[in-house]
Amino acid sequence: MYRYSEFDESFVRSRVAQFRGQVARRIDGSLTEDEFKPLRLMNGLYLQLHAYMLRVAIPYGTLDSAQMRQLAMIADRWDKGYGHFTTRQNIQFNWPKLADVPDMLDALADVGMHAIQTSGNTIRNVTADHFAGAAAGEVADPRPVAELIRQWSTDHPEFQFLPRKFKVAVTGHPDDRAVTAAHDIGLRLVERAGVPGATVLVGGGLGRTPMIGKVLADFVPLADLLPYLEAVVAVYNLLGRRDNKYKARIKITVHETGIEEIRAQVEAEFAARKPLFSGVDQEMLAAITAQFAPPVFEPEAEGDYETWRAADPVFRAFTDTNVTAHRAPGYAILTVSLKAHGATPGDCSSAQMRVLADLAERYAHDELRISHEQNVILPHLPKRHLKAVHDALLAAGLATANVGLVSDIIACPGMDYCALATARSIPVAQGIALRFEELRLEHEIGPLKIKISGCINACGHHHVGHIGILGLDRAGVESYQITLGGDGGPDAVIGERTGPGFAYDQIIPAIERILRAYLALREGRHETFLDAWRRLGMEPFKAALYDKEEARADAA
Amino acid sequence: MPPRPYTPKVLTANALLEGDVVWLAADGHWTRRMEDAALIEDEASAELHLLDAHARAHEVVGPYLAEAKRGPKGPEPTHFREAFRTRGPSNYPHGKQEGR
Repeated sequence: MYRYSEFDESFVRSRVAQFRGQVARRIDGSLTEDEFKPLRLMNGLYLQLHAYMLRVAIPYGTLDSAQMRQLAMIADRWDKGYGHFTTRQNIQFNWPKLADVPDMLDALADVGMHAIQTSGNTIRNVTADHFAGAAAGEVADPRPVAELIRQWSTDHPEFQFLPRKFKVAVTGHPDDRAVTAAHDIGLRLVERAGVPGATVLVGGGLGRTPMIGKVLADFVPLADLLPYLEAVVAVYNLLGRRDNKYKARIKITVHETGIEEIRAQVEAEFAARKPLFSGVDQEMLAAITAQFAPPVFEPEAEGDYETWRAADPVFRAFTDTNVTAHRAPGYAILTVSLKAHGATPGDCSSAQMRVLADLAERYAHDELRISHEQNVILPHLPKRHLKAVHDALLAAGLATANVGLVSDIIACPGMDYCALATARSIPVAQGIALRFEELRLEHEIGPLKIKISGCINACGHHHVGHIGILGLDRAGVESYQITLGGDGGPDAVIGERTGPGFAYDQIIPAIERILRAYLALREGRHETFLDAWRRLGMEPFKAALYDKEEARADAA
Repeated sequence: MPPRPYTPKVLTANALLEGDVVWLAADGHWTRRMEDAALIEDEASAELHLLDAHARAHEVVGPYLAEAKRGPKGPEPTHFREAFRTRGPSNYPHGKQEGR
């Protein structure tokens, strides 16, 4: 785990003090809202549909138990007893009062956390593979690189007023759990001839113009990474459009300028900037990397795990679904689902946060992760503790065995909270989860990613859902478009629209028709929904979705 | 294209301190209940009220005119977004529906 240095601590404290003064001046009337708004956004404070919302960064999704407990305390003291984990590995508090926010930020600073650059046209919270440092098959731990980028980009004077927000994701595993191809810059850590480096993707993004990132550089040695990234952002800062916010993201710049020209400009900028770095970034990277040393793994970590699995079908089902292979013998990566059937995806009560903190501290080397899929992970859990952990999770309502299944849905806050949304996401996710729980089909259907956004900005990543759902306002009524075949993995692809949208009360039956069609058409349980879609294409699913409606229209 | 005819509206915003949704009442105070809002039925006074609300930035944030209709207890929303603002989110009994 990275620990704040004295410099980090004093920087964050001074920002909180500065913001405290700004809030006081807004309340006493000496700052107008026009003056205050950019200042509050620089500190992660939004005004949403019903209240303010504070977005807190969880860099690369990594937390320890003290930080998780502090989030619980903040939720209880200044909010409504829960927090919402997002696809950016942030946590959002939905009900803060303006005057309380400086105190909330001070409480975050007490545990080395902050809300800086969680909003605004700047480089946002750097995200990474949530299994970093733990997963079998990992090339390199992405967190030191992500932390280096966080330190470089925080309050970087050149990049505080970019054309638009800028998102960076890092993975060190071939499975790419960080959805790097859907980010402004995606970094895939690789090794060439013993030299650590990264493949650099640029210009990915979802939103109203979804694009898959293009390879800007097949290999950049880690020694050159920071000046190279600085060159990319500098080129974007100059070329990016400021006349139209909908065309301001780097994906549009890459599309309009061409990847070859962008590459040429980046190379020129890189050549000019590289000498300015003088190796200090590499010293920082080495120091950061040392802080991310893996825990000392227990030699006899397996214990009676297999005996418990054989004896207890509930425990076996839980571990079959929620455990991922760890690189250390006898260890598990445990994903704790925040998607209990009927619950709000990503929401975690303060009581649940404390349970997770206690479990991490007692059993799992004091580490937690937040995934972009809105779940919580114990990345280093000796299997001999899995039974005790499962028992504790059961008592806390956190033992849902649905990771990677129908009900493990990404859903943005939608119109239940978000001022930008055009339709609700949360009740749709809740309805789908409850329906498939009722049908008892979830495990039969197997691996499936459903992702729901309540507006075209695509915070719910619907474009890269195997089944994507986009909520829109059609003539004053909530309407939902479906896309199929999207994928956020290493060969990322944008889903295809099925056709006309569905009303709020029709979207869950529509998803059921798609999945019943899949069950009827698949070649066996081994063929996942995504594989079946790739083999069969759109037509059979479209027929399942719309035939009934067309027949009804014909009869009318 | 001829301008669209004016339709009744309420003036709404979020309270500065709490962020809570508020509406302008006939006596000029900000009310937490849409039923108590003033239904503004002529365009000229709607624009004047909006200008006035912008000048009261020490009380509210982001004032705007929202479509509404006359109901038995007072103004009612005509769009689902404004309906959500009168009660709060649909996943918890939070916001205005809390304590009702």
